[in-house]
Amino acid sequence: MKGAGQILLICLLVFAQHVFATQEFVTVPKGSLNPFWLKPKKNNQKLIYKVKSLQVQISQVTNSDFIEFLKLNPQWTKSQVPALFAEGGYLEQFADDQTVKSGVHLLSPVTSVSWFAARAYCESIQARLPTINEWEYLAAASEKVKDANKNSKFLERILNWYGQPKEISIPQVRSIYKSLYGLHDMHGLVWEWVEDFNSSMVTGESREDTTFNRDLFCGAGSMNSGDKENYAAFMRFAFRSSLKGNSALWNLGFRCVKEASQIKSERK
Amino acid sequence: MQKLLVILISVLSLGAQAQIKGEENAVLTAPPEVPPPITRSHNTKVIVKMEVVEKKMPIADGTEYTFWTFGGTVPGKFIRIKEGDMVEFHLMNHPSSKMPHNIDLHAVTGPGGGAASSFTAPGHSSVFSFKALNPGLYVYHCATAPVGMHIANGMYGLILVEPKGGLPKVDREFYVMQGDFYTKGKNGKQGYQPFDMEKAIDERPTYVVFNGSVNSMTGDGALKAKVGENIRIFFGNGGPNLVSSFHVIGEIFDKVYVEGGTKLINENVQTTLVPAGGSAIVEYKTETSGNLVLVDHSIFRAFNKGALGLMKVEGPEDKVIYSGKQMDEVYLPEGSNIQSSVEKETVTVAKSLEERIKMGKVTFAANCAACHQADGKGIPSVFPPVAASDYLNADKKRAISVVKNGLSGAITVNKEKYNSVMPALGLTDESIANVLTYVYTMAGNSKKVVTPAEVKALKATAPAGGH
Repeated sequence: MKGAGQILLICLLVFAQHVFATQEFVTVPKGSLNPFWLKPKKNNQKLIYKVKSLQVQISQVTNSDFIEFLKLNPQWTKSQVPALFAEGGYLEQFADDQTVKSGVHLLSPVTSVSWFAARAYCESIQARLPTINEWEYLAAASEKVKDANKNSKFLERILNWYGQPKEISIPQVRSIYKSLYGLHDMHGLVWEWVEDFNSSMVTGESREDTTFNRDLFCGAGSMNSGDKENYAAFMRFAFRSSLKGNSALWNLGFRCVKEASQIKSERK
Repeated sequence: MQKLLVILISVLSLGAQAQIKGEENAVLTAPPEVPPPITRSHNTKVIVKMEVVEKKMPIADGTEYTFWTFGGTVPGKFIRIKEGDMVEFHLMNHPSSKMPHNIDLHAVTGPGGGAASSFTAPGHSSVFSFKALNPGLYVYHCATAPVGMHIANGMYGLILVEPKGGLPKVDREFYVMQGDFYTKGKNGKQGYQPFDMEKAIDERPTYVVFNGSVNSMTGDGALKAKVGENIRIFFGNGGPNLVSSFHVIGEIFDKVYVEGGTKLINENVQTTLVPAGGSAIVEYKTETSGNLVLVDHSIFRAFNKGALGLMKVEGPEDKVIYSGKQMDEVYLPEGSNIQSSVEKETVTVAKSLEERIKMGKVTFAANCAACHQADGKGIPSVFPPVAASDYLNADKKRAISVVKNGLSGAITVNKEKYNSVMPALGLTDESIANVLTYVYTMAGNSKKVVTPAEVKALKATAPAGGH
């Protein structure tokens, strides 16, 4: 029985490794995130989330990667996806089930992709979407330091992107900057899906959120915040809270992660 | 009993239903236009479709800014409904938007003014309904986190809920809204300027403008009206921070609907205070022609940050109401006035020619040098020279008269024409003798000596005319 299981696992692994090419992973060391939305406790002890070492895709999944996925998983094509899992604008940049419209670059991040579809993609390569904490940890790194959330130039670059209307077409991946972890364009190219996007508890009536949830807040509820300067992060939370699982937005893509320990177990 | 209750309830609910007749699409207008007054006497279901667009537009000449807009303009589209109307509000967020948005209408009674119900991701639309219970002029704005930033980027506008009987008829209505803006670069810095959160928190605006840009209401954009018209301005203040002291230079508001309400109508108001997130309706009649200037009377905002707009009033001037300029004269205060106040200082008599020249030099410096210059050479075609001056040297008596009585009109000095006014300086005879004697010693002059007796001998007259 054990032997059979091993064979099956090997088969799966071989299959998975040869399904299609995808963005490569890089190992990001473990670390901690000082969540901006929590005030230091009474004894001034800072609250921190520990983040385990992760394998992270160095750039967003591209249109080209996604086409490979669609070839093997036609249930996620425009014509076949159930409305429950993807709304009307799903894969808006695609001309049909397997080709993009003219003017759309194959190496641009895949966008107008729902959370369900993004999850399915990651699962197909034995990976998953990062959590909010993981994503915020990964995205805090600049070219030079692990936590650049206090660096005004770093924040300014993020905010400039938030503040600019959409470019005529989304640039290709790996075109903005590379963090010291080797991750490209955590900011400045597209928004990215996270596993628990709907847990930020911004109600939409942002000024009410202080009473709604004393820890997770937004807007005028920010009196509970530990880092009032970092309104770029507020905006990400507001953005995520406007999403639904089947949302397909022009500026929203994703990348996958997997546990660093997963590699070891696969090698058994 | 039960039957009666059922009937009673159904009659009551029918009554409530019957008030709303039919439905219509709201006419929405971009500033400074206002939708036409509502003529129907019944209430109806009004469908409002508002699209949120994030776009780059000029905030000043050569300076661009990314505005977040309701309907593509700052302020957003003007909405006009009637007290008691049922509003079905559709908020569409354009797919190209980076941000989710929503709308809080101050005209809505209910939690958040619609904010939670209208929270909309890019490429989505939301619908909610409300009943317009209270008449008045209300602000609407985006309330998505961070709220201040959404407002600072231009997400506000006005919704008018007309009272049951409507507003009195006027000839022209305008939509003007003030907002403060915070850019990374200084006022006037060219090119694209991003939002500056630090300045916004410190309430240090780079621009304070009407209708979304420095030049929205100047040049071709100036509001236009004719003499004798009744004007109504729906004025709002989006903020996010500043309170406006709204004033129209050259007019007095005949009526102000204070704070956009319908009960308190003040009359004969010069400047009305409009809070951030508030409004006022002002009315005045244009009595004469010319340019009226709309300003925030916190005046540096008007002349240095952009809170200034023009209303061109065309038609006949009414000289009784406003004459225009009737006179232009040189005005020199304090003892050098044309209404010559006589010098009362104790007269020091010069004991020698040398002393006379020395004292004359002091008098010249105090009374003459500002125009004729310290070296007496004057300023070509504005102030004639007194050094090397043919006009001076030709006639000593005339020279005395000019200093004693003043001079106005055209004269020719060293072949150049001058047409201006020199006031009578109100100097004593002694001082006039001193100053003229000094002037005659200037380079190129005839070194004549003028005595107090000669000055005294010349009768005081009205200012001499030129020749």
